[in-house]
Amino acid sequence: MKENPQMIRLTYREAVREAIREALRKDDRVFLMGEDVGRYGGCFAVSKGLLQEFGPERIRDTPLSESAFVGAGIGAAMGGMRPIVEIMTVNFSLLAADQILNNAATILHMSGGQFNIPLVIRMATGGGRQVAAQHSHSLEGWYAHIPGIKVLTPATLEDARGMLWTALEDPDPVLIFENSNLYNMEGQLPADAGPVDIHRARVRRPGSDVTIITYSASLFKALDAAEILAREGIDAEVIDLRTLRPLDQETFLASVTKTHRAVIVDEGWRSGSISAEIAARIMEGAFYELDAPVERICSAEVPMPYAKHLEQAALPQTETIVATIKRMMHS
Amino acid sequence: MSPETIIKPTNTETIPSQRIVPISREHALHLLYQMIRIRRFEAKSAELYGAMKIRGFLHLYDGEEAVAVGVMEALRPEDAVVATYREHGHALARGIPAGAIMAEMYGKQEGCSRGRGGSMHLFDAKTRFYGGNAIVGGGLPLAVGLALADKMQGKRRVTCCFFGDGAVAEGEFHESMNLAALWQLPVLFICENNLYAMGTALQLSQSITDLAKKAAGYAVAAEAVDGMDVLAVEVAAKKAVEIVRAGEGPYFLECRTYRFRGHSAFDTELYRTKAEVEEWKKRDPIKTFIEYLKNQGLVSEMDLNELERKVADEIKEAVDFAEAGTWEPVEDLTRFVYSERREV
Repeated sequence: MKENPQMIRLTYREAVREAIREALRKDDRVFLMGEDVGRYGGCFAVSKGLLQEFGPERIRDTPLSESAFVGAGIGAAMGGMRPIVEIMTVNFSLLAADQILNNAATILHMSGGQFNIPLVIRMATGGGRQVAAQHSHSLEGWYAHIPGIKVLTPATLEDARGMLWTALEDPDPVLIFENSNLYNMEGQLPADAGPVDIHRARVRRPGSDVTIITYSASLFKALDAAEILAREGIDAEVIDLRTLRPLDQETFLASVTKTHRAVIVDEGWRSGSISAEIAARIMEGAFYELDAPVERICSAEVPMPYAKHLEQAALPQTETIVATIKRMMHS
Repeated sequence: MSPETIIKPTNTETIPSQRIVPISREHALHLLYQMIRIRRFEAKSAELYGAMKIRGFLHLYDGEEAVAVGVMEALRPEDAVVATYREHGHALARGIPAGAIMAEMYGKQEGCSRGRGGSMHLFDAKTRFYGGNAIVGGGLPLAVGLALADKMQGKRRVTCCFFGDGAVAEGEFHESMNLAALWQLPVLFICENNLYAMGTALQLSQSITDLAKKAAGYAVAAEAVDGMDVLAVEVAAKKAVEIVRAGEGPYFLECRTYRFRGHSAFDTELYRTKAEVEEWKKRDPIKTFIEYLKNQGLVSEMDLNELERKVADEIKEAVDFAEAGTWEPVEDLTRFVYSERREV
């Protein structure tokens, strides 16, 4: 394929970095803060080079103190700044769960609307890199349980590039989950790519026989599955949720109303997951449209194992999606 | 420690008295007025709680008035305050109208948090009062962040953070001290050491009971002060604020005090004796201050009567305001979960 001269080739990692760079340039109030974001260049190399470009005031290395630096981000946001706080992985965000849930998510409400928390927290999520249970979990669905915050899960380069600025313009706290398996993903993006909306899910592949509802890295497994199914005459529609809170149910309910079948692919655990929420909303909103029970493909209910074959067996896979949909179509 | 053990008010004996500072009659009356209105406000709150006019948790401040009043004297309107769940005194001394606080406890929409926070979550943008934090230690990182914002914006403002001795055992205390010192942030940490973390005595919860020493471990300038002496607190707080405002980094002030009532309205106080409380009441910050001022010939009985009358009027007005307040319509239940306006 001939490259479009208006397009640039870059990785997901570079798309996030460009977004941060643009935000730092656009607004003096923006700064990046987190463990190893400066001298080390970011544990996933997302912020590499930004310290040299913007200096240590705005690319701020923090001690290993998730609670303090997330809380400081909340305070700084209330004090007139626009912090981007980076937490290395979602597992570590649990050390700051008090600040996220008890402060960031609640202060606007508890203060009767007096204090906004215009804060963005970015963190890596997801399994598949053999780093075992304490670095591999997908807890974004868990955070989606909490009113008062917004939960974004950019899967594409466009969203990796565009969601950050929209999140920074939002007066409320926004959590952005970047699946660590996506950082090396390469593709093309318009040179002038900018902010994107964070309120609507997207149909990434139109289809008429079954709806696959998913987000983040699982989107690509779903798209692969759809291609395989297409060769067998099954036309799957793939929906990328993009935002887990607030959930755009209109888009997936419309799709299910069209296809009459729904499969949810979620890297979180099945019990109490975002997939459970989506399934329930389909029951509530489109039950009589269904030709088959809603199916869910989630991670196995185990802490993520280290051994590769076990880890892969624990995660949702393309083959499972294909097999599940075939069973649904032929039953 | 057996429950018979009395924790005597000896923890301030080693601290030299500040009552050598000259004080004007006007200022003396002002400090006294502030302390008395807190005391009477709390008494009224307890009464209204008993009458089931206010509900939820109620943590009263009796005995600790000198801390809030002394510290607030050192702050300017542009400074920020982060408080605890025992914050009626902080809120009153900071200048949130008593009526707005009382209405908040009634759960009325005229309350300073529109009835969504209650006793433990008083907020007020006008006076830069950032709560009202019910998670012990949870306010410390917020204060660090507010101070960081000031420093990055070149504003010479101070963030004053109140917390109790219980919070000193939390990880957030240690993380916040470290960060504030590391980045030389303008935070004034005010530890209200009332010797009990709910019902657990200091010596049962702290490996080092000299709390100022803990701050020193993070290279935070620290001092302990007699928290039953409003003048001592004021002098120490003013000195501390000067250092913080000058950009010389954070400061930790341990105010050694005592609460005369239980932890909350539900506390049956099994963990301490009545004799201990009586012993401490001899050091009542209001009574001892009045004695001192009388000895100095600065106030008369008449002054006191007038103060009491003024306070009684104010509290009556506050209660009337709360009583006359309105309930927020239930249709507004989900307001303020997310902002109503996009751009900030």
